[in-house]
Amino acid sequence: MGHALSTRLWHWVNAAAIVVLFMSGLNISNAHRYLYWGNYGFDPADAWAKVIRFPGWATIPQRYDLAEARDWHILAAWPFALGLAFIWLAMLANRHFRRDLATRPADWTPRAFIASLRTHSGGTAEHGYNAVQKILYGLVFGVLLPGMVLTGLAISPGIEPAAPWLVELLGGRQSARSLHFIVAWGIFGFVVLHVVLALADWRRIGAMVTGGRAKGIADG
Amino acid sequence: MVEIRRRSLIAGIAALGAGACSKIADSEAGRSVFKAAEGWHRAAHRALAGRQGLAPEYAPEDRSPGFKGNGSITVDSDFYRQELASGFPAWRLTVGGLVEQPLSLGLADIRALPQRSQITRHDCVEGWSAIGEWTGPQLATLLDEAKVREEAKFILFRCADTLYGRPYYESIDMVEAYHPQTIIAHALNGEPLPEKNGAPLRARIERQLGYKHAKYLTGIEAVASLDDIGAGKGGFWEDFAGYQWYAGI
Repeated sequence: MGHALSTRLWHWVNAAAIVVLFMSGLNISNAHRYLYWGNYGFDPADAWAKVIRFPGWATIPQRYDLAEARDWHILAAWPFALGLAFIWLAMLANRHFRRDLATRPADWTPRAFIASLRTHSGGTAEHGYNAVQKILYGLVFGVLLPGMVLTGLAISPGIEPAAPWLVELLGGRQSARSLHFIVAWGIFGFVVLHVVLALADWRRIGAMVTGGRAKGIADG
Repeated sequence: MVEIRRRSLIAGIAALGAGACSKIADSEAGRSVFKAAEGWHRAAHRALAGRQGLAPEYAPEDRSPGFKGNGSITVDSDFYRQELASGFPAWRLTVGGLVEQPLSLGLADIRALPQRSQITRHDCVEGWSAIGEWTGPQLATLLDEAKVREEAKFILFRCADTLYGRPYYESIDMVEAYHPQTIIAHALNGEPLPEKNGAPLRARIERQLGYKHAKYLTGIEAVASLDDIGAGKGGFWEDFAGYQWYAGI
């Protein structure tokens, strides 16, 4: 069993969207480098964090340009959010989620955790993902990616009249903005880990392109 | 050595990508894709929130201790300084353009109209927020009194202030213009509008970001098109720096 076409298609569109969103987001962060909790916040004295100024090589565009950064962010938000809805529907429909990603009670034991790290290898098609992989993917699909969409919606004043509860749930608009920032770095952390582990076996990257059925090297 | 080579490779790829991004952003096709994405957000917001969906209003104790002034924080003219010192006795707000009955209102006229007070949150495009109570007549009241003509598609705000040598202005569509929370505010937290927040009059466009809330208002115009105004993009920041005309995101 290799990667389904829906998985591969989403994976690469989503990867591109995340790169654009993250790098344009760093440019936007440079506009006001303070994070607050609650509904309001404009005075650096009230900030819980002062963020560094992200250098040009890390941002889109490379010069500070809030308008163009927002253009990219506003555009890439569409494939990111719609793509997430698409992959969830596809994973539920083709049973990828239940078969490969849903955890079982045994996956949450220290023993499973140690075993995952010991084997050092990602699961294969035959053996499935290990416990740590399942929990991490669950965190990504269930918390980080939707969290990014929801906090992004919450900080859009045009969405708020439709979903004021969302902003309240997140603790206010500035809290939602802080969470948007924190979750973005959570995704960054996952991406780094994911890429490092994938680079450990280049065939896995090929499998995410071709599906990997022929050689039986799917799933990384 | 390998480490350095790998790093410069990654930096090179990043630079290549970023360079490509700039090329796309500057191209005609790129601009129209951005414009389309902005339009989809507007359409989605309107579909989800409805044309009349209200921005949240807060309790008095939720107000922020101050209210940041940003962009223009004064008007650099002797007339303005005189007016500010004496309570704006000669300040006029005109309502014109595509209307049957042009108006010219003093501050007393504006205070005599039916008033709306709302404690709302102001979100700047930069990311910060402040909460305050704004008071003034609904823009709809002024537009109804002036009898806006059928062919008007946008409401334009003319301002006394200039930024980088250009007059500030802004515009909204008719949905936003007739929204119940769109008011012409003359007071903040029960006091006449402070200088830095747009004294004596500013627009409140509660479902959009701060740069839409034009300050130091002198005129309101109903227009059919934004093409011949300023550089044609509908507002100072839109013309000057390419900000999105729809600022609900």
